Amino acid sequence: MNNNLQAKITAWEPAAVWSDKGDGMFTVPAERFRDLAVRLRGEGFDFLRSLTGMDWGEEGFGVVYHLESTATGENVVLRTLTPERENPVLPSVCDLWKTAELNEREAFDFFGIRFLNHPDMRRLFLRDDWVGYPLRKDYDPSLNPLRMSNEVAKDSTASFELMPDGSVIRKRSVLFEEEEYVINIGPQHPATHGVLRFRVSLEGEIIRKLDAHCGYIHRGIEKMCEELTYPQTLALTDRLDYLGAAQNRHALCMCIEKGLGVEVPERVQYIRTIMDELQRIDSHLLFFSCLCMDMGALTAFFYGFRDREKVLDILEQTTGGRLIQTYNTIGGVQADIHPDFVRKTKEFIAYMRPKLREYHEVFTGNIIAQERLKGTGVLTREDAVSFGATGGTGRASGWACDVRKRHPYAAYDKVQFDEVLFTEGDCFARYMVRMREIEQSLHIIEQLIDNIPEGACQVKMKPVIRIPEGSYYAAVEGSRGEFGVFLESRGDKYPYRMKFRSTGLPLVACLETIARGTKIADLIAIGGTLDYVVPDIDR
Amino acid sequence: MEVRKPRIKSMKYEDFNDNEYIESMIRELRENGTNVVVGCLDEVIEQGRSNSLWPLTFATSCCGIEFMAVGAARYDFARFGFEVARASPRQADFIMVAGTITHKMAPVLKRLYDQMADPKYVIATGGCAISGGPFRKSYHVVDGVDKILPVDVYIPGCPPRPEAMLYGLMQLQRKVKVQRFFGGVNRQIGKEEYEELLRRDLTSEKNELNVEGESNHEQ
Repeated sequence: MNNNLQAKITAWEPAAVWSDKGDGMFTVPAERFRDLAVRLRGEGFDFLRSLTGMDWGEEGFGVVYHLESTATGENVVLRTLTPERENPVLPSVCDLWKTAELNEREAFDFFGIRFLNHPDMRRLFLRDDWVGYPLRKDYDPSLNPLRMSNEVAKDSTASFELMPDGSVIRKRSVLFEEEEYVINIGPQHPATHGVLRFRVSLEGEIIRKLDAHCGYIHRGIEKMCEELTYPQTLALTDRLDYLGAAQNRHALCMCIEKGLGVEVPERVQYIRTIMDELQRIDSHLLFFSCLCMDMGALTAFFYGFRDREKVLDILEQTTGGRLIQTYNTIGGVQADIHPDFVRKTKEFIAYMRPKLREYHEVFTGNIIAQERLKGTGVLTREDAVSFGATGGTGRASGWACDVRKRHPYAAYDKVQFDEVLFTEGDCFARYMVRMREIEQSLHIIEQLIDNIPEGACQVKMKPVIRIPEGSYYAAVEGSRGEFGVFLESRGDKYPYRMKFRSTGLPLVACLETIARGTKIADLIAIGGTLDYVVPDIDR
Repeated sequence: MEVRKPRIKSMKYEDFNDNEYIESMIRELRENGTNVVVGCLDEVIEQGRSNSLWPLTFATSCCGIEFMAVGAARYDFARFGFEVARASPRQADFIMVAGTITHKMAPVLKRLYDQMADPKYVIATGGCAISGGPFRKSYHVVDGVDKILPVDVYIPGCPPRPEAMLYGLMQLQRKVKVQRFFGGVNRQIGKEEYEELLRRDLTSEKNELNVEGESNHEQ
């Protein structure tokens, strides 16, 4: 963060304490935090990149906020905390940044932090009858044996408000009225792309309200990471968003390398970049296939999968894995590229370009596809920023949110490529962004593939990796948005806290806004074009 | 009448692993003896059943994507009669548990299984469904789907390659081929028993899996 901004924030809020450890962050007392947040929002910090609940033990519970200004590109990290361990209460910021709504529910679910004036303080991932808060350091897992009783979805929710005398009261509010016509979609539904569940209130065919239930594939990866050494944590990131395995692991490696201060050789940077782009093509081809299948075009599904297999062949030859590649390591990559890698990749590029034209002939120009996609499910730019809906979704709404351009990493500053932007924000724009991005990815690979520098593909690392005390954040452009890793270290060989900024959670958050007022059948097209991967949402 | 060894068109009997298991099933059938008419009918029905096993589209994570790949052009499980993936458990013959099963998902999975019509089969696909896999130590993951469902075939891998999935599916076909349909896997229940089941609300009952019941945890 630049000194100018640091001085400004200290002037606005003298109680904010700057700490230099790691990336550096401000600590703001809980009672002063809300004012500073409003101020920052007014100053143009409109993108809440990440919101992380924390258990600092003796210090109490708190939240770390990563803010960015979309206009100036400035970043600031804040934290606020409360020493109360029994009933921690913090102010909510969900009226300033809409993405905070689900993220604060997550923090409530994991740490039991209650957010004042948050309209919907329910658990987000775990069952309502879950005992305790799993990411607290003193959580006892024996409290929660496997429960096989069916869960009954509640129609009401709670919010917490501060009274003038300082006490906190719990208010009950209704989600669905008795007379509303509520239907359930999922968790096991072929069009939800995994185990996501919606409860939808309908008026005829029109969606009036939508309530998303997550957590059916919540595996507690963040908690597991706290008991694993750094190289061991790498194994789990591939399984978050399995269509962005290379990118996820790239982000975690970048974050650890940043903490260690390791410079990665140029060769590794090139290989990582190419792998990321191949992975993106793979993901977008699957997006195309699944969207088409959801909308009834089964032929296009076979076309997409046919070509996706070609990408998987290239990935498999070098990494040994089709989906889960576990290729990146701290300070390098697992093994050097296969001797045929360059040739095969070039062949694939030559093969793929005409196929894209074929896709457009088969599907894009189709009148049914056009009718169903154009004009449905519009997300405005303000909403996209406020929800933090990055990736193709944000770019379809005209928000230049590509991490590869905003914060160039690996070899992205050495290549020429266009950030695909649309302004419509509808389903068709979201679809077209991804189709164009395949072309851009091919273009990026083309520029790098012949120029991979010679050298080592792995820096020699110490057998036991310890990261200096502090907190670090690193992000990559995943297949479906900004994938970030927030890491807090206390100098041990285990991370103190590791948080993954899910690319999908903001997309689920904005679903209600997009889908309200559309027809129930459009929900499938909207869900398909948002392109979320549920294990990435639930983590 | 003699029960024959199961034959899969595209693969030799000797090339399969775990033949002892199939052989023990055959031995059991032979020892019990079968009526010629029922036996012949059984054979015809088994032939049909094993070559048109319909999967339930059930996927929670990565394995589901590989399952889709098995259904797509290159691997194409239509060659073996699996292509009719059903979205409704009522129409499916087997459930391929592809992916991690969490505490929140477990009752849903059990319910889906209960909704399927007999005879029904379960395939545990991938490390997570077999034992919890990489997430075994997690607070929210069921360590093995066999804790809640009876599993017929296990397909290891993380995720298993499409070839492994095809192999696992063929193993299921072999199992189906040496089962008795009449008086065997086709468990018909009488009218009274059926009505009794309808009256009981199985989910709220206290049994070994449902110890918690409807307990309320106020916070």
